[in-house]
Amino acid sequence: MSEALAIDVQGLTKRFGDKTVVDDFSMQVPRGKIYGFLGPNGSGKTTTIRMMCGLLKPDAGGGTALGHDIIRESREIKSRVGYMTQKFSLYGDLTVRENLTFMARLHALKNTTSVVEAALEEYALAPRANQLADTLSGGWKQRLALAAASMHDPGLLLLDEPTAGVDPKARRDFWDRIRVLARKGVTVLVSTHYMDEAVQCDNIAFIAYGRKLIDAPSADIPERVGLITWRIEGKGLQPIYDALHGADGVDQIARFGSALHVSGRDAERLERAIAPYRGQDGLIVEKAKTGLEEAFIWLMTGSEDNFQ
Amino acid sequence: MTSLSRILAIMGKEFIQMLRDRLTFGMMVGIPVMQLLLFGYAINTDPRNLPTLVEMGDNGPASRAITQAMETSEYFDLIGLTTSAEETESALQSGDVLFVVTIPPNFERDLLRGDRPQILLDADASDPVAAGTGAGAFPTLVQEALAPLLGEMSPPVQTVIHRRYNPAGRTALNIVPGLLGVILTMTMAMMTSMALTREAERGTLETLLATPTRPHEVMIGKITPYVFVGSIQVAILLAGARLLFGVPFLGSPFAFLAAVSLFILVNLSLGFLFSTVARSQMQAMQMTFFIFLPSILLSGFMFPFAGMPAWAQTLGQALPTTHFIHAVRSIMLKGAGFRDVIHDIWPLAVIFAVIATLAMLRYRRTLD
Repeated sequence: MSEALAIDVQGLTKRFGDKTVVDDFSMQVPRGKIYGFLGPNGSGKTTTIRMMCGLLKPDAGGGTALGHDIIRESREIKSRVGYMTQKFSLYGDLTVRENLTFMARLHALKNTTSVVEAALEEYALAPRANQLADTLSGGWKQRLALAAASMHDPGLLLLDEPTAGVDPKARRDFWDRIRVLARKGVTVLVSTHYMDEAVQCDNIAFIAYGRKLIDAPSADIPERVGLITWRIEGKGLQPIYDALHGADGVDQIARFGSALHVSGRDAERLERAIAPYRGQDGLIVEKAKTGLEEAFIWLMTGSEDNFQ
Repeated sequence: MTSLSRILAIMGKEFIQMLRDRLTFGMMVGIPVMQLLLFGYAINTDPRNLPTLVEMGDNGPASRAITQAMETSEYFDLIGLTTSAEETESALQSGDVLFVVTIPPNFERDLLRGDRPQILLDADASDPVAAGTGAGAFPTLVQEALAPLLGEMSPPVQTVIHRRYNPAGRTALNIVPGLLGVILTMTMAMMTSMALTREAERGTLETLLATPTRPHEVMIGKITPYVFVGSIQVAILLAGARLLFGVPFLGSPFAFLAAVSLFILVNLSLGFLFSTVARSQMQAMQMTFFIFLPSILLSGFMFPFAGMPAWAQTLGQALPTTHFIHAVRSIMLKGAGFRDVIHDIWPLAVIFAVIATLAMLRYRRTLD
């Protein structure tokens, strides 16, 4: 049954000292999907990913990655999973080609040279093949890291915030690469803070304070969260913002360019809060779709209340 | 404009950081304390009570007067009497004793006849400092010991002093083999601990651990290059010792090879052990320093080992460098073979086993 699932883990728990970093985490990722892994900083995303590829031993729980037990068969997992660390962790004092060759040899790949040259071509790294990795820009470093993590044709890629601190163009290029890999049938679990990346995922799991709060197709998430959002557009929004912030029925308020997004769970109470602004001169009040970002900020706010 | 509040802010911050890095702070306090104790108590540039063996060819009152005088003097520490010339030779070669006094047969008779018999002091002069004081004091000591027996007679005996292994008393002969030990300790332990810590510090360890690479593959792969480096260092030092300073190599190359290989392994595993404790390259370097300092001061490299108080000698015995330097000096300068240095080889093997076990136990296979 796990053959259809690239990742199938149950009850993963990890403690560092008396701090529970990951708490009873379960997740099923079908093969061939791009799965987004979201959550605030320090929510346990990195720890969870490390447990999935055998770098950390869970204190409780277990499961499989690509059908291999994450505790007992970590070696099999390591040779079939590609893992890209959050921080660039190849050798800065080796060239691009030397780094790739080194990784290819650690994976004991046959005909290393042709594999490396193919990766250099595929990731357009060939012109920089002899450049020291340290001298690459952030975007190119990430590209090199992805090339290194996928050279051994892994069935599953675990990417830990691969595009953090990378410019928009390089991010877009990076995601093109991810989609190319996914089309080849690679399952991708990618953690990110960028909403434009999150919407590109088939599914999203949201984790906060070590607990998974939601796990659903990305298109369904705003609805699942259950927020109703009104958009108020016009001039002189600051007083309105101040008035509505924390008002009864308003669970969340945010600025979006020249508009305010006012969200709440209870339609009637929300309506009462915004009613005074309807029909005012120069103000447009209209129903809006709750966005992913609002949904996540809402989830984070809620989890703070639960856990802090 | 200079701002006092900014300077105070930076000072405050610096103190906080200093106190947070406990290892560095420990070093700052520990090093002066260690230096003070070692230099003050352990190190003796004017060594006394050096181990001495007496070969008694004669057992008359005159001979006994001499041994008694030696016993009461602070230069010599009589650890035994023997009649076997073979025993004295091996004791000297293995470094168990620094002096051998030979009282010839019929010493008493010849003395009373006024034949001015010879009394021989063999000094292990491979360390000229250690041998110097004792050898210098010996003739007077003998004269004074015999004076009550013989009255005013002019020099009743001839004291002959043999400065063995290093007749010219050149310090280079003693320093160079010691340097081998010190340099290997420094570079081998430091290089490996830093090379391994660097992987953790830069995050590349995570990349390594995420591949199917096995721990021992990492260990062997990372350490072997440093074995080569160590071998090259040994070759350079040996060649330089011979060509520049004329330091001989008299003993068994096999014994030398055994001692060097074992010693390199000890230091590499020590570096490996440090790397499992240190969180940064800086800490790894500090830890090497903590072992390096006593290795220089207590190993007999800089100051005569036999001149140190008992507790310092015990401490020194726990240092691999002590055994290595001792063995290499015997091999190079005294022509010792494997059997002569076995009492230095086995402690090295024990130390290696202990350190390697500790290192393996501490090595992390995961990021936990």
